[in-house]
Amino acid sequence: MNWRAIRAIVRKDLKVVFQNKGVSIPLIVVPVVILMALPGLAALAPRLEDMPGTSFSGLETLIQNMPAGLRQALTGYDEVQTTVVLALVYLMAPMYLILPLMVASVIAADSFAGEKERKTLEALLYTPTTDWELFLAKLLSAWLPALGVAWGGFILYTVMANLAAWPVMGQLFFPTTMWLVLALWVAPAVAGLGLGTTVLVSSRAETFQEAYQLGAVVVLPIILMVIGQATGVMYFSTWLVALLGLACWAIDAVLLWVGRRTFRRSNLATQM
Amino acid sequence: MASHAVIVAGALTRRFGEVVAVDHLDLEVQAGEIFGFLGHNGAGKTTTVRLLNGVLTPSSGTAQVLGMTPADEGPALRRRTGVLTETPSLDERLTGRENLEIYAELYDVPQADIPDRIGDLLEIFELADRADEKAGDYSKGMKQRLALARAFIHRPEVLFLDEPTSGLDPVATRRVHEMITHLSHEEKRTVFMCTHNLAEAQKLCDRVAVLEHGKLVALGTPLELARRLGRSQRLEIEVAPGDHEKVLEMLAATPGFSEVREEGDAIFASGAEREAIPGLVAALVSAGVRIYRVAPQEASLEDIYFALQGEEEEIS
Repeated sequence: MNWRAIRAIVRKDLKVVFQNKGVSIPLIVVPVVILMALPGLAALAPRLEDMPGTSFSGLETLIQNMPAGLRQALTGYDEVQTTVVLALVYLMAPMYLILPLMVASVIAADSFAGEKERKTLEALLYTPTTDWELFLAKLLSAWLPALGVAWGGFILYTVMANLAAWPVMGQLFFPTTMWLVLALWVAPAVAGLGLGTTVLVSSRAETFQEAYQLGAVVVLPIILMVIGQATGVMYFSTWLVALLGLACWAIDAVLLWVGRRTFRRSNLATQM
Repeated sequence: MASHAVIVAGALTRRFGEVVAVDHLDLEVQAGEIFGFLGHNGAGKTTTVRLLNGVLTPSSGTAQVLGMTPADEGPALRRRTGVLTETPSLDERLTGRENLEIYAELYDVPQADIPDRIGDLLEIFELADRADEKAGDYSKGMKQRLALARAFIHRPEVLFLDEPTSGLDPVATRRVHEMITHLSHEEKRTVFMCTHNLAEAQKLCDRVAVLEHGKLVALGTPLELARRLGRSQRLEIEVAPGDHEKVLEMLAATPGFSEVREEGDAIFASGAEREAIPGLVAALVSAGVRIYRVAPQEASLEDIYFALQGEEEEIS
């Protein structure tokens, strides 16, 4: 395996990606909104109690309808703390997964379809890399930054959540075991999901935009999870999250296998 | 010039569905030569380069480049070949230097050699003063020179140049021609040059192959092709002004010279074979014509190319 060539391609792709404002701006804005603005809003929760017309009676009903496991997890918190924990620990969990998914999809779209669009792929095909090395380099170009954003974001969110909720919670309450599993086990797999889907789409797409838009369909399951959590249909227990990660890794393996079979120099050359 | 073949193709064929892009191509390219691969757009030139570098696999037939089979030993072969693609294929968001650095790594140039290697190439290709600017800000000629430098970063034994001067102005074209000659004559590299620029091929190439609809229709030096095709000589004759009438009469009476005309101080005659020239000169001398100059003009590559095209059209 020619790791030197792989490193060179990863470095090249990242340099190119981060010089494209259309790609780099969403990569900064979305994490800032999800990881900083939303926990900041949670800090307003205690004040909502004093606002006219605001009550937590609806929340009580919602909690009554929640799965028994979640009700148990919220035992010991008062109403305001329950609101904060529900928002920052449970409702935010699936939203956090959008980060690795989005970063991997955006960079993969730029790395695979964007390379075709910029007509820089042909020179790369004439290098002494094997098809597998080229494919692996392209995967790592997208997966490593997604992992960086996911784990960096997790640390940032841990700090922000505890800071924002400190007036209400009065203690460090984050990260929970579920979140540790989510960040360390599920987030890398979800990044692989976005990556794998975009790679498959990119083999047909002509432009970065086309690849990114088609690949964005993979965000739908995450939105369903957000809705599921908000309506009490499901909740992210540690075991559910661990299983979710396992399922994502399994799908990743299939996507990787299919992607490797389709990523052939000769296929790419015939499309140029 | 060394005499061993570095590129050998035998009945090399590549189909894309119903379309035959390269059709039973047979050719040999000798080490150290500048080999011109001529043909109009879509004739199969780029597909051939891809086949010879293991980027595409052949539908049938064989190819050997530097003793390796491209389809089976692509990565090892591509370490020893360099390709200038038809479009420069540069990362325009990176600087000229960064473009070269990335490809030096990809071609496994020893780390310690990279700065000097890049510095030398930037000097040779006259890009040193703009090396740290984004390639996207370069002129077309500069991009082409940077792409040529990139193709040469690992000092390949065989250079494939696909339309190296396409879209360049005359000054940039001349500069690229000098580079190609330098690479062949000074660096002793084999150059396989795809072009539809016939004047360029005539000027630079030791031998040329003409490809038409994927098929090889001619192979040799421009002179060999002219003779093999039996093209007639065009003869320029300059004689004393008082002898013009006599010469015109004699040419009209000599079998083979079908077109005879005066242009200024010279008389032009064409239509006869090369072998008719000595007899004509002897007859003119015998007749007391004062000859200043008899200059046979070889058919240009352009003449040959269009003659071949004419034959192809007749066949089809």
